[in-house]
Amino acid sequence: MTIAVVDYGMGNLRSVAKALMHVAPDAEVVVTSDAAVVDRAERVVLPGQSAMPDCMRMLEQSGLAEPVRRAAATRPFLGICLGLQMLFETSAEGPTPGLGILAGDVVRFDEAAMARGGERCKVPHMGWNRVLQRGSHPLWSGIDDASRFYFAHSFHPVPADRGIVAGETLYPVAFTCAIAKDNIFATQFHPEKSHRAGLRLLANFVAWDGP
Amino acid sequence: MSLAKRIIPCLDVAGGRVVKGVQFENLRDAGDPVEVARRYDAEGADELAFLDIRASIESRGLLYDMIEAVADQVFIPLTVGGGVNTVDDIRALLNAGADKVSINTAAIRNPGFVSEASTHYGAQCIVAAIDARRRDAGGWEVYTHGGRTATGLDAVAWAREVAARGAGEILLTSMDQDGARAGFDLALTRAVADAVDVPVIASGGVGALSHLVDGIREGGADAVLAASIFHYGEFSIGDAKAAMRAAGIEVREP
Repeated sequence: MTIAVVDYGMGNLRSVAKALMHVAPDAEVVVTSDAAVVDRAERVVLPGQSAMPDCMRMLEQSGLAEPVRRAAATRPFLGICLGLQMLFETSAEGPTPGLGILAGDVVRFDEAAMARGGERCKVPHMGWNRVLQRGSHPLWSGIDDASRFYFAHSFHPVPADRGIVAGETLYPVAFTCAIAKDNIFATQFHPEKSHRAGLRLLANFVAWDGP
Repeated sequence: MSLAKRIIPCLDVAGGRVVKGVQFENLRDAGDPVEVARRYDAEGADELAFLDIRASIESRGLLYDMIEAVADQVFIPLTVGGGVNTVDDIRALLNAGADKVSINTAAIRNPGFVSEASTHYGAQCIVAAIDARRRDAGGWEVYTHGGRTATGLDAVAWAREVAARGAGEILLTSMDQDGARAGFDLALTRAVADAVDVPVIASGGVGALSHLVDGIREGGADAVLAASIFHYGEFSIGDAKAAMRAAGIEVREP
């Protein structure tokens, strides 16, 4: 099996690739900027760091936006962090539109809400927080509800369709931290940096043949 | 609040080995970085920090190799600092497997570097490291070069500036307390934690588990960093988490 980690010049792809190799020693994990390789891969992972407008610009410039759309429409697809945010229509981080594969927007943590209820929540939301699973999904298999995953972000998605919410996290109010729709699964947290629970999620993705 | 407070063992490295000294002097060997990192990972460390304390052009390659070796086996966040002067240095560290890069002296020489780094790579991976000493007249002053060179900058004002310029986190070290094992400078930690909206990592001075608790409770830190209490097997990360939990602080179960 070939798992393509899409390389459009943004972020630490090595960690994602190494974690996938760790859980899938028999798979061929390739970090690639080649559209043809993405098109041929049986699994596609879209990571991403930094700002959404920069990521979108780099994805378009590298000629990988269309292969990513095709993968998201047809094969098991995992978006991580900015790779989740880019699936939506707009981001408060800048005017560049996202891929628009999912209806909804990406917003910044609400400053007013951060100070509510005593302890101040700082931004970026940085560290290990609980992921409350919303509904069952093959990618949650073997992972306890409310397990902690590693987050490092200041923006989060607000899906138009609540039906795609696969996980929520409290900071201090609930925000969407995982979405699932057809063959797409995407996380705001970093499974590749989330120790046992994260590696299990990646192993589940490798074993997942889609809906 | 369900975000866990983090415990971060710090590995000072020189020439590819982990070392620890008192106030950056009298270095003692504390082991192979990959072995130490694996042990901390197994014990439930929330993150690992590496500081290249002899950052030199000749030893840079050794650092990248070391980060790659650690990142291949340890699936928790890695922060790396020491001798980070250019966006190319940051790129090389991120490509080697670092998740966050800490900037210290280069930011003081050119505050615009923090803005540039944050714009390029995102606030989430830029850590501003601040080394501070108490002033006789009150307040704290920022130092560089392992606490030897005074900058004239007020530590709290500098923390505000780097946060405004896009640092996503502040690693705050008291050079008065570092290596003294008498606890964090809690007043310094509290002053900075209250002054900025980004997370603050308290560092410098941990000699007992109660110091970690104090850093969170009294200092208002979001994470606590320590080296020697973990390196020599005195306490495990599990001991540290048990102490935090007993004090009512939310921590991640390993």
